[in-house]
Amino acid sequence: MKARGSILSKFSFLIPSFILIIIFVIYPIVATIILSFNINPVPGIDITKGKPIGAENYYEVLSSFKFINRHGLETLSFPMGAIIHNIIWIALHLPLTIILGLLLATLFQHVKGGSIIRSFIFLGMVIPMIVGGLLIQFSFDKDLGVVNLFLKITGLEWAARSWTIYPNTALFSLILGSVWLWTGFTVTIYSAGLASIPKETIEAAIVDGADFKTILFKIIVPQLKPVTITVIAMTILWDLKIFDIVYASTLGGPGGASMVLALLMYDYFARVQNYPMAATVATILTIVILPVVVIWVRMITRGK
Amino acid sequence: MGAKRKLLKGYRGGLLGSPLKWLIANIIAWTIGVLWILPFIGIFMTSIRPFSEVVSGWWSVSPFTPTLKNYVDALFNPMFSLLRGFMNSFIIAVPSTIIPVMLAALAAYAFARFSFPIKNYLFVTMLFLMAAPQQMTIIPIFFMLNNMRLLNTYLGLILIHSSWGIPWITFFLRNYFSMLPKELEEIARVDGATNRQIFFKIVLPISLPGIISASVLQFAWVWNDFFFALMLIFDPNKMVITQMLPRLKGQYQIDWGLLSSGSVLAMIVPLIVYIIFNKYYMGGFRGWAMKK
Repeated sequence: MKARGSILSKFSFLIPSFILIIIFVIYPIVATIILSFNINPVPGIDITKGKPIGAENYYEVLSSFKFINRHGLETLSFPMGAIIHNIIWIALHLPLTIILGLLLATLFQHVKGGSIIRSFIFLGMVIPMIVGGLLIQFSFDKDLGVVNLFLKITGLEWAARSWTIYPNTALFSLILGSVWLWTGFTVTIYSAGLASIPKETIEAAIVDGADFKTILFKIIVPQLKPVTITVIAMTILWDLKIFDIVYASTLGGPGGASMVLALLMYDYFARVQNYPMAATVATILTIVILPVVVIWVRMITRGK
Repeated sequence: MGAKRKLLKGYRGGLLGSPLKWLIANIIAWTIGVLWILPFIGIFMTSIRPFSEVVSGWWSVSPFTPTLKNYVDALFNPMFSLLRGFMNSFIIAVPSTIIPVMLAALAAYAFARFSFPIKNYLFVTMLFLMAAPQQMTIIPIFFMLNNMRLLNTYLGLILIHSSWGIPWITFFLRNYFSMLPKELEEIARVDGATNRQIFFKIVLPISLPGIISASVLQFAWVWNDFFFALMLIFDPNKMVITQMLPRLKGQYQIDWGLLSSGSVLAMIVPLIVYIIFNKYYMGGFRGWAMKK
């Protein structure tokens, strides 16, 4: 349909939204990039601390032990630096949530009350992530936590401890906790994907005598490929932006052992109060997520 | 025999082969489901009992003395009153839902139905903004709001949340409007209706389910948000509930009695929204995550 009306009448639909977006989203993004090169972007106040213009901040962040900790990497002990922690987060969280999501979505399709169980698992997506972080710390607590209850039941009582307060287990606890929270996302998306596979396809395979494994890998998995790309992109973005969970449970500690990029930016802003450095970390974070965003945007626009 | 038949009534054959397999699958699925919500049960059990009863685990139920003391302590905390935080969250979240949904609905309609220059560029820009990290905007926002005397005010935070919500709501509603049949709009156009009349008189009324979905998700998002509030509000009287929670932790010893009731209070609103508007919530969630 070709809508009538002048360009002006059409643009009047867009103008209110774009005024807000330009002032409070686009300009701040550009200004953050500018600030990371020590150029003052905000009129009325100088927040660059008078440092010389240039890419000095990038060198400083990239060589900081808070970003990559050489010693930690060589000895395989925490802290290893924020970017490494984010990478570990993706490396564990992404495969775990995808496999769990696919298996559970398939399972719940075939059991009684599957949609009820699905809504249980979805609860992690409904609550504030700050509460999610507290629930993780709570569940890993030595005395109160349900994790240690299972260790006691299974006779591993010696291993019971408050997992989030030790450098070598803090990050892994948070990652496992984030699997618990985020699986609601993958299960829901995969369930929607599974529902769109025609029943006849699977029934025909059953009639032909195909077993569960064959059906899963030969029919279900290939059909879910586009859904999987979405899930992968969204999960990586979530892992890289992770903030609330860490803030609520460990504040990046102990000793930086669970520090992540988004929290490092906050650390430079609020504690160190070095705004150009905070802007640099934010820009690096954005550069890291950019390839994923490009893939995601391409997928959406190509579908049209 | 009767009990077994009753148990297997739900069995419909198919993927799982035999009834026995189906039974095992049910047991596994429900076990997983119950395990999954154990932390929620735990935090609730802790919140309604004196802390001395749960120090060795909330699962020990003797003695079991239900009390609302933790809730009273959290709601009327002298430093960070969660009652205040609860109200502040509403004061922030309601306008931060209405404003962007109204503005984005207009923009979404333009993207769905009009053709105009640079349309695709603007749309792709929206998509990129949807994925941007909050950290990328906050420093200039902080100083801008400071210059505008809007730092540490409700209005400042509402403006930021509204702007931040517009890209995803535009994307979501554009997909929604695109799927509506065009016939009604075409008839109205032949009758001489303007774009604006068509949008408000025809499109908006029949799009109510989509508008509700977007509103429900935006409300839950703003309520759950922590980062913007953390950066832009400092006055304990203006803090939102998610912002107060970590501050209830205490310096050395975590007071789980206080923190558990606080957690329940902070999540009860999004949970109620999720339950009441379940259809819209899930519809919106799938629409947000998956392209149509």
